[in-house]
Amino acid sequence: MLPLALENVSYAVDGKAILDQVTVEIGAGPRTVILGPNGAGKSVLMRICHGLLAPTSGCVRWLGANGSRRQAMVFQRPVMLRRSVLGNAMYGLKLAGLARGERELRARDVLEAVGLERQADQPARQLSGGEQQKLALARAWSLGPEVLFLDEPTANLDPVATREVESIIGQIRASGTKIIMTTHNLGQARRLGDEILFISGGRLLERAPVDGFFVQPATAEAAAFIRGELPWT
Amino acid sequence: MSDLSAAFHEAWRLVASLDPALLEIVGLSVQVSLSAVAIASLIGLPLGAAIAVGRFPGRQALIVFLNALMGLPPVVVGLVVYLLLSRAGPLGTLGILFTPAAMVIAQAVLVTPIIAALSRQILEDAWHEYEEQLRSLGAARYTAALTLLWDSRYSLVTIVLAGFGRAAAEVGAVMIVGGNIDGVTRVMTTAIALETSKGDLPLALALGLVLITLVILLNAFASSIRALAVHRYG
Repeated sequence: MLPLALENVSYAVDGKAILDQVTVEIGAGPRTVILGPNGAGKSVLMRICHGLLAPTSGCVRWLGANGSRRQAMVFQRPVMLRRSVLGNAMYGLKLAGLARGERELRARDVLEAVGLERQADQPARQLSGGEQQKLALARAWSLGPEVLFLDEPTANLDPVATREVESIIGQIRASGTKIIMTTHNLGQARRLGDEILFISGGRLLERAPVDGFFVQPATAEAAAFIRGELPWT
Repeated sequence: MSDLSAAFHEAWRLVASLDPALLEIVGLSVQVSLSAVAIASLIGLPLGAAIAVGRFPGRQALIVFLNALMGLPPVVVGLVVYLLLSRAGPLGTLGILFTPAAMVIAQAVLVTPIIAALSRQILEDAWHEYEEQLRSLGAARYTAALTLLWDSRYSLVTIVLAGFGRAAAEVGAVMIVGGNIDGVTRVMTTAIALETSKGDLPLALALGLVLITLVILLNAFASSIRALAVHRYG
């Protein structure tokens, strides 16, 4: 389904521009990190890419074949259904039309991969925040997505859980899934990114390989963002 | 004063001895109201879910209308159902006026808006929380509505029980369409009204005690289900 092409994508709420004329093509391969300060429009951009929001103007196209369903998204705050951990992992597979037996096998596989197999029968809402995010990753991963969108997946987590979640993202990537994620955390962008899309004020200001971006940002905004954030990473 | 205490005493004796006349009335009450609430839930819960996840013109007006219907006066519902079911009415050929079936219909009309409006509120709140996640996983609106109904099941039980309380405690509608016929359509509330006006306070009081106990038990049941659910599922 990749590459994903955005052409002059704008998004406005009540006349206020959130995204302004974003044009970009995202291909398979490198892990893409959408970086920028809070309120830059990162999450909206990601929702438009995933199809949860329709752009006010401009268009979003999957240029490859079978561009419909093989994408998944993990949100900053995972939504846990009021059922067991296993039930949550199986839910997406049911929607995807898998037979019951196969659903359970696949769900147990991904739960094991993220280290939640022993909690399979617990109510999902009783898990800690970190475990819930791991379950959200498992639920997305079980669908075998070609592209996985991650919206600030560790913003609410402590350092230990953050490390675990980042390691799971690494596994998902290793299984052949394209990773597109947002973050405002520079350390995470460096650890998890191959290329950076820097956005600020709703505009895509810069696209660069991760090393180049941090060593020599091309725009003053990016330079200021890197300087301002460094002490906190 | 001694009249009152004697009446209480006699009422208690009726309840404690499981008086057959009392049991018959209580039994019919429960049967009619349960049937009405079952019908009202079958209509009201899907309706509430559809409005919660649906986006269509006139939606806001429909919500206001539904909320207003929660306050329907039972006697007016009784009157309308009476007119529909009476011999000359459009449904007169059914011949069910002054039968328990008519009472079930009247109570269902009364309770359906309550269940629909309250479940709409609960399911819409849940929808705000779930919408992006469910859409991301590929759930169509219909599937999403079913998921919301199932995920909110414990809150919905409370609503259904509230509907039952309303049905069992109302008097105006069943009085008009049922006719309060002894042994056929006499339920707790109509019997209380009749016995009080006849001066037979013990039976009226006994029925009142049963009715209040029933309502308290239902509420206790509802809140313990919710507490259990919150404890188990968060």
